[in-house]
Amino acid sequence: MLEVKDLKVYFRTREGNVHAVDGVSFHVDEGESLGIVGESGSGKSVTSLSIMRLLQIPPAQIMDGSSIVFQDAELVDMEESEMRKIRGRQIAMIFQDPMTSLNPVLTVERQLIEPLQLHLGLSRGEAHNRARELLEAVGIPDAERRLRSYPHQFSGGMRQRVMIAIAIAANPKLLIADEPTTALDVTVQAQILELINRLRRDLGTSVMLITHDLGVVAGMTDRIIVMYAGKIAETASTDELFANPRHPYTLGLLSAVPRLDEERPTELQTIPGSPPDQLHPIEGCPFQPRCPFVLPQCKQYPPARKIAGNHVAYCWVDVTDPEEQKRAMQRGFIPLTEIGRSYLAQS
Amino acid sequence: MRRYVIRRLIQAVVMLFVMSIGLFLLIHAMPGGPDAVLFSPRMTAATRANLRHQYGLDQPLIQQYLSWLKSVLTGNLGFSFASGQPVAAEIGARIPATLELFAVSLSFALVVAILLGVISAVRQYSLTDYSVTVLSYFGIAMPVFFFALIMQEIFGVKLGWLPTCCRTSADTTGFTAFENFQDAVIHLIMPAVVLSFLFIAGWSRYLRSSMLDVVKQDYIRTAKAKGLASRSVFFGHALRNALIPLLTQVAIDVGAVFGGAVITETIFAWPGLGKLFYNSLQARDYPVLLSMLLLGAASVIVFNLLADVLYAVIDPRIRYS
Repeated sequence: MLEVKDLKVYFRTREGNVHAVDGVSFHVDEGESLGIVGESGSGKSVTSLSIMRLLQIPPAQIMDGSSIVFQDAELVDMEESEMRKIRGRQIAMIFQDPMTSLNPVLTVERQLIEPLQLHLGLSRGEAHNRARELLEAVGIPDAERRLRSYPHQFSGGMRQRVMIAIAIAANPKLLIADEPTTALDVTVQAQILELINRLRRDLGTSVMLITHDLGVVAGMTDRIIVMYAGKIAETASTDELFANPRHPYTLGLLSAVPRLDEERPTELQTIPGSPPDQLHPIEGCPFQPRCPFVLPQCKQYPPARKIAGNHVAYCWVDVTDPEEQKRAMQRGFIPLTEIGRSYLAQS
Repeated sequence: MRRYVIRRLIQAVVMLFVMSIGLFLLIHAMPGGPDAVLFSPRMTAATRANLRHQYGLDQPLIQQYLSWLKSVLTGNLGFSFASGQPVAAEIGARIPATLELFAVSLSFALVVAILLGVISAVRQYSLTDYSVTVLSYFGIAMPVFFFALIMQEIFGVKLGWLPTCCRTSADTTGFTAFENFQDAVIHLIMPAVVLSFLFIAGWSRYLRSSMLDVVKQDYIRTAKAKGLASRSVFFGHALRNALIPLLTQVAIDVGAVFGGAVITETIFAWPGLGKLFYNSLQARDYPVLLSMLLLGAASVIVFNLLADVLYAVIDPRIRYS
């Protein structure tokens, strides 16, 4: 349904081009839920904003050769007027911070009926009724009265529910959730994820869930893409990725997840170093300065290593090789035992 | 909200009282008195003293203030030194002309400023934006009196399209209602444009920067993600948020529009309060000056209060208690 091919998004700055997204390809199938995981600056949000064509151009620039095909239509060079029929109608988006993503001076009703009137052509009265149903569908009690409220009269979790109601208003084919729970506290996070999951099942919407939190994607998605420095590091089905991670960066992410079930609490694992400066991209694999498995050939970008089925890792090294592990342990690598699997079991 | 407004009104009364003392002292500190301006230089000392006594100018300052205050509080603003007419009547007769000029030029200024501000924010760094910017600086830098004279020279004298003075033609006998209206409009155009020019310049700059600030907000991205057209995004979502900071500026300016009106009305011989103020100042006509200054102060206070009330209307997050 959505096919992204060799997407390159650069930001022009005075010092040079920042390679925010640097050759990313993936697809989302009908009804599927895809997780995109990566740390800040890995290019996951820019990827989603490129699909919506909501990047400020300039400074952003979608480079030649990039392709985003949605339902047989190329979005990269689509007319703005056509693009508006896709935004909100075919592809909808939920953003990170529900505190700032709703217009503070307009009522919830006004913000909720906009997509209904715009895309579904509902009359004022029909839109009002539909808006109330939508608020009920996302679990907001006393919906009739709440329609007249302003965003500041809602809690963070409730605002994110309103955002979700706006996003699903016109029954989109694809819902992009960009860090939908990052700004919320933990108990509310679970409720919001639960809601997105339920709506996905009920409406048959595809979901692209963007997050830096592996815990969020574990129970939510069919497939995961791990991004690093604007490139895909590894992609696999969710079960496979947690059970059998093959990229050193994925290994690092998994061992950095704090665990509650440890018998002896150990020091929190981190990936040493910091993400690369995208203004001056590293030749070859971007993870090499931080990678305990690093080899001389990492100066060249690694080919896709097919593991099984749709499991692909972009790495020269077979991280399951005991010899390679021994070498990496000398550089401070701590082998991952059961962390990934136990994480899956938890969620 | 009601309690807030009442509290502010009580504060306003206290403030006006304090200001009345300050203004009274300032006016009397001006060199020369009404006697120096109004009385004939050839008058004998006895006549002069007699007239001073009649006007109450020989009393101690505190006494003068108290008797003026007393008459103001009883609704009597006193009598003009220059004309001998009641001050209330003098001012009342000028209010319609000034209201007409203010209402037209301020609404014109507001509409034009909002349009220019939004356009130059939406098309930031475009030719339109630069043109508006240059015009704004021109408007801010250009003294009102000089601009008025240039306008008069071009449109009044050279082109002869518009009259350079007054609110109506000297002779309107035999005019139909429509002709009267036409006459009034023609006379209003130039002073209204001159008076609004400064405000357009300032307000459009102000709105441009607050629009630029607002369009970077997350909720604008949300509005775009809904598939809304730019027009709906800018006017439906951004403008209302961007108007909140502009409101302060407008309220202060509307309260202070008086200053600009004095010059504009004088140059165009517009029979309004500004012209009356100018004449009274020339004549050191204390009762008229004091009443007008207090009126000006009261209008600044009222418009600021109005701005605060409007904040709560535009921005639902603001609640006064």
